[in-house]
Amino acid sequence: MTKNLILSLVFHSVMIILTALSLPFMMRAPIDLPPILSVDLIQITDKTSIPYAAKATKILEKIKKEEERLVSEQAPPTEKKKEKPDKIPLPDDLDKEKKEIVKKKQNPKEVKETIRQASEFEKKELFDPNQIAALIDKSKEESAETLKKNKKLTQSSVKNSFTNALTLSQEDALKAQIFGCWSLPLGLPYQENLMVRIKLKLKPDGTVLRTEILDHARMNQPGQGFYKVLAESALRAIRICQPLRVPPTGYEKWKDLQLNFDANEMLKG
Amino acid sequence: MKKIILLIYCLCIFNSPAIALVEVDITRGNLDPLPIAVSPLYIEPGSKDVKQNDKIIKNIGEEIAKVIETNFRRSGLFNPLKKDSFVQNPDIAHAKPRFEDWRLIKAQALVTGKVTVTENKLRTEFRLWDVIAAKEMVALAFSTTPDNWRRVAHIISDKIYQRLTGEEGYFDTRIIYVSETGEKTQRIKKLAIMDQDGANIKYLTLGNELVLTPRFSPKNQLVTYLSYFKNLPRVYLLDIETGVQEVAGDFPGMTFAPRFSPDGEKIIMSFAKDGNSDIYTMDLKTRVVEKITDHTSIDTSPSYSPDGKFICFNSDRSGLQQIYVMRSDGSNVKRITFGKGLYGTPVWSPRGDLIAFTKVHKGKFYIGVMRPDGTGERLLTENFYQEAPSWSPNGRVLIFYRETKSDSEGKGFSAKLWSIDLTGYNERLIETETDGSDPSWSSLLSK
Repeated sequence: MTKNLILSLVFHSVMIILTALSLPFMMRAPIDLPPILSVDLIQITDKTSIPYAAKATKILEKIKKEEERLVSEQAPPTEKKKEKPDKIPLPDDLDKEKKEIVKKKQNPKEVKETIRQASEFEKKELFDPNQIAALIDKSKEESAETLKKNKKLTQSSVKNSFTNALTLSQEDALKAQIFGCWSLPLGLPYQENLMVRIKLKLKPDGTVLRTEILDHARMNQPGQGFYKVLAESALRAIRICQPLRVPPTGYEKWKDLQLNFDANEMLKG
Repeated sequence: MKKIILLIYCLCIFNSPAIALVEVDITRGNLDPLPIAVSPLYIEPGSKDVKQNDKIIKNIGEEIAKVIETNFRRSGLFNPLKKDSFVQNPDIAHAKPRFEDWRLIKAQALVTGKVTVTENKLRTEFRLWDVIAAKEMVALAFSTTPDNWRRVAHIISDKIYQRLTGEEGYFDTRIIYVSETGEKTQRIKKLAIMDQDGANIKYLTLGNELVLTPRFSPKNQLVTYLSYFKNLPRVYLLDIETGVQEVAGDFPGMTFAPRFSPDGEKIIMSFAKDGNSDIYTMDLKTRVVEKITDHTSIDTSPSYSPDGKFICFNSDRSGLQQIYVMRSDGSNVKRITFGKGLYGTPVWSPRGDLIAFTKVHKGKFYIGVMRPDGTGERLLTENFYQEAPSWSPNGRVLIFYRETKSDSEGKGFSAKLWSIDLTGYNERLIETETDGSDPSWSSLLSK
């Protein structure tokens, strides 16, 4: 009995010692590795450069000038020099900058949109390796904002980045194709929500099997006559564009597609 | 046991990853005007020619199509395609278009129609087709007297405009303005009325007295204006149908800058006495006069909001001429312009969302718009001298007049009517027989 007890104690002690030695936290302090950041560097091809009409070019140039001004307000060149290369701006700092810009403008809502627009279009042009962390943080904030916005709109559907199904270049090619086909109705009321969401069922070759306007009930609401016009223009764009430029593989991922036609930015400027 | 299996099944269903719907945001599009094909209207065999002003119009179908095309082109929202490229005959196209053919010429919408002319009746029908979706969008028919064919063309234009843009049209409307002839120092000014495209000009006064600032009533039958009859400037009322003219109110002094209230039951105007001018209203039925502003400064150019609850006007009470907004009873006066320069002639948009104005800054004149709270100021056009904006009934286009520079002897002077839309890009001259100033746009005639 005593012998057995001693043996048990010995074996248990050995097990405890071995376990203690093998546990990582008992060995040494963990290496603090920074999280792996995946950055997709893309080449802007001719496909993404849409030939706009003369009038649209003027408007876009105007928007671009405003964006450049706003971006320079956010990150003036003189301040860049003073910053350490690895400095990551805190979210609070970004908020402060945004607030400063808002104070200068009469309409806070418009400024907000312009700032977002600037980030979308100037991101590639103003790419600075020294500020990559800041850019990623900023894009995270933006994507969080977009997600929040879209959650309000689509409760049933899950917002998913299109990059899951396509590369950025392929996504840009598809967008560019539809941009060229969509004739915006120019008489739409600026103060209204000018977004129409259309769900598509696609064939593997990109031709459209079925279209469905998601907010169909809005068409029959009083004072929303413009929505029908907007939805019809979006449907025309899809029909003119088909077959859509979809990748040859991954059909299961993109066979159901939702296009959000948003005229707000173009018409409200 | 069954309950447990059901529970496990439910858990499996709800925990299984759903196939996420892929979303793509389309935030850019083509801002070019919509390509539209207006096929000449097919004339029913046996139809008679249309006579107008001793002139015979042989191909009335083509003439109606031309008026529609001109309206669309001037709107800046549509691009009517050249008829040379049309491959389908008007009669066949009206019955059933071959959409592939129309798609080939890049048309996105197609207008077809048919005209039947009998002794004293013109029957016009039209169809609007969505070429891309290959379906009919709207189909209507109108009957009227043959000499009314231009109005029919304007009404068809309005219906198509409304169907394709979602907002009301403005083609079946008239413009009243001051026709000007003669040297700059000795101008003869008459009241004139015409269709919005410059056709059918008629003169309402003989030019014996100076006339200014004519304004339509909301029902388009009455016009109020300022006339210097016997050198006394007063506000007058004129019935367009009967030609009857009368003084609006018995004021012991000068009245000017008249405008109707949105319900057409009152006139709002300025009354000047002893160097001070205030805003008054006069009820057209009871002739009761009410003082709206009471200030030592010059208050003028009043304009009602479309709901009649507010009035915008300009005043120099701050030292410089600026725009103010107040309740229709004269209370709660608020200044809304704080920019550099002088602001005047405010006019509230029929939509209620904007106020148009004239701005003078550093010797240049601007026509602009802003929200009723004074924010969002946008200057649409700049020139040497231009003023007096007036809204189209759908609140999308402004008409105003522009004067050119002249030398010391008054040579080279001209005054012309111009229109501009809210984008600021679509600026167009409105052709008139003579020089013109002080235009005012009517509401829709067919409403």
